[in-house]
Amino acid sequence: MEKWANMKLSWQWFHRLGSPRWFYQKTSAWLPWLGAAALLLLAVGCTWGLGFAPQDAKQGNSYRIIYIHVPAAFLALAGYYIMAICGAIGLIWKMKLSFVVMRAAAPIGAVLTFVALLTGAVWGKPTWGTYWVWDARITSMLILLFLYLGVMALSGAFSRELSGDKASALLALVGTVNIPIIYKSVDWWFTLHQPATLKLTQASTIDPSMFYPLITMIAGFYLFYAWVLILHTRGLILQREWRTQWVRELLGQSAPAAKA
Amino acid sequence: MQSESVGDGRKRIAEPVLRPAVPAAAPGFFTLFRTELTLAVRRRSDIVNPLLFFVTVLALMPIGIGPEPEMLSRMAAGLIWVMALLSTLLSQESLFRSDYEDGSLEQLALQSQPLYFPVLAKVLVHWLVTGVPLAVLSPLLGMMLNLGQAGYWPLLLSLVLGTASLSLIGAVGAALTVALRRPGLLLALIIMPLYVPVLIFGTGTVQAALDGYGYGPQLAILGAILAAAAALAPLAAAGAIRISLEN
Amino acid sequence: MQFQFENFASFLAMNGHGPYVWFSYGVTIAVMAALVLVPVLRQRQMREAFRRQLRQEQARRRSEIARAASETAAAD
Repeated sequence: MEKWANMKLSWQWFHRLGSPRWFYQKTSAWLPWLGAAALLLLAVGCTWGLGFAPQDAKQGNSYRIIYIHVPAAFLALAGYYIMAICGAIGLIWKMKLSFVVMRAAAPIGAVLTFVALLTGAVWGKPTWGTYWVWDARITSMLILLFLYLGVMALSGAFSRELSGDKASALLALVGTVNIPIIYKSVDWWFTLHQPATLKLTQASTIDPSMFYPLITMIAGFYLFYAWVLILHTRGLILQREWRTQWVRELLGQSAPAAKA
Repeated sequence: MQSESVGDGRKRIAEPVLRPAVPAAAPGFFTLFRTELTLAVRRRSDIVNPLLFFVTVLALMPIGIGPEPEMLSRMAAGLIWVMALLSTLLSQESLFRSDYEDGSLEQLALQSQPLYFPVLAKVLVHWLVTGVPLAVLSPLLGMMLNLGQAGYWPLLLSLVLGTASLSLIGAVGAALTVALRRPGLLLALIIMPLYVPVLIFGTGTVQAALDGYGYGPQLAILGAILAAAAALAPLAAAGAIRISLEN
Repeated sequence: MQFQFENFASFLAMNGHGPYVWFSYGVTIAVMAALVLVPVLRQRQMREAFRRQLRQEQARRRSEIARAASETAAAD
């Protein structure tokens, strides 16, 4: 009996986390710090990467795009897993908040995938002489973008919100199982068709003077992602809980002079 | 209905039969499979239309890109594979639709038996009536598109294995969108990216044979994908059906 | 660690790669700013919509009270 009570106690935070209201109120305090830290890291990383990191011997200054391309690509992929994990939590524990986070993660991930694709294409012009190459990584990124768009389209297609939540969570999970297979197969496909001129993508050891700003940028992107994810989730929470008492109090409380 | 005149003219009064709402024994896999197959064979247009689509669009290809034999032979395997993918996808929309609309899907879901086997039976039938005919027809189209002779068998074999995976993966999408009014494009949008590995190894099989290598490894990978899809896709589709039924 | 460019103009030019680099960074910054601004603006919009609704409700209530008062006055 006692053991059971203890277990309940230890799970309390989990259930509280599932309450949109608790999440909204708790994150209010975190947001400024998270945002400030993210922007600071991004500013430092950008300045470092753009102005102070040495020039690349082969690619010249165009390589500086790496400082946004690689972090964006990192988070595009990580974002898909975050989305799918949130969907899984929602499906298993029937947690409302988890679905909200999943829905918030989808457009953010799609935008970051788009950024990775765009910067990759622009980087390709001075490096390969053309904007678009069916390179293994670019192709995988493109498919990842389609996966994101599929989840977004499906989540919006249902008239009943919960059905959209569950259906898109399931699709995200199916996509998660597929992503490694897709990446591997695209890799294989690319080595099959790789023309001799495109050997520039060879991963080489990167000099510390170039690596530290990259790490800074990756950390900055992660913090930025967390910040934006919380912001979007809060927006969706307000939208969904529009009719509840606490949202009405929250929105009304800062109204100046609402006296009769 | 129960009262029928018996041979000797006596009218037998119907005995009140209490029918259980759910059949006592859920229909087994083979019963379901046979029923589905009979139904599919009866709806002849469901078999013929994807094939016609496949052939028609492939006939348009040389008109679009030009009749040069060399170019066609380079593109043949890819074109045939992409078209097989599309016609599988287009025929998949109706996989659960009629069962959803007449309520038999709900009845299946209410039974204690897991949905895995009913889904598998339906997908198997779908593959038999769309994938297999496409594969059988493919060497003919390969010939018309000037595919090298070495590619015929690999094309046929890879399509047989590959379309089974396509049917299985597509079933998940069909189950997810069955409750929507017009799922066509959405189904394509959510399922296409998941088809990529099958497409890559399908065309890879043919390409390897055309280049004079053995194509066993590619076929083996297609087989592995099929095994994984057969194990997992019906589970996901079953979950998706339950979600769709709640809507 | 030192600044890799002689002056600001060469920093902008980046040995001819300037347009690619600056375009990439510009688009990324714009897109990321949009990611932050969209929920913030939406929240502000909701807040305003809510206040408008609140004001309307209050106005309605006030006019109802006034009407009730005038009706009782007329009845007297």
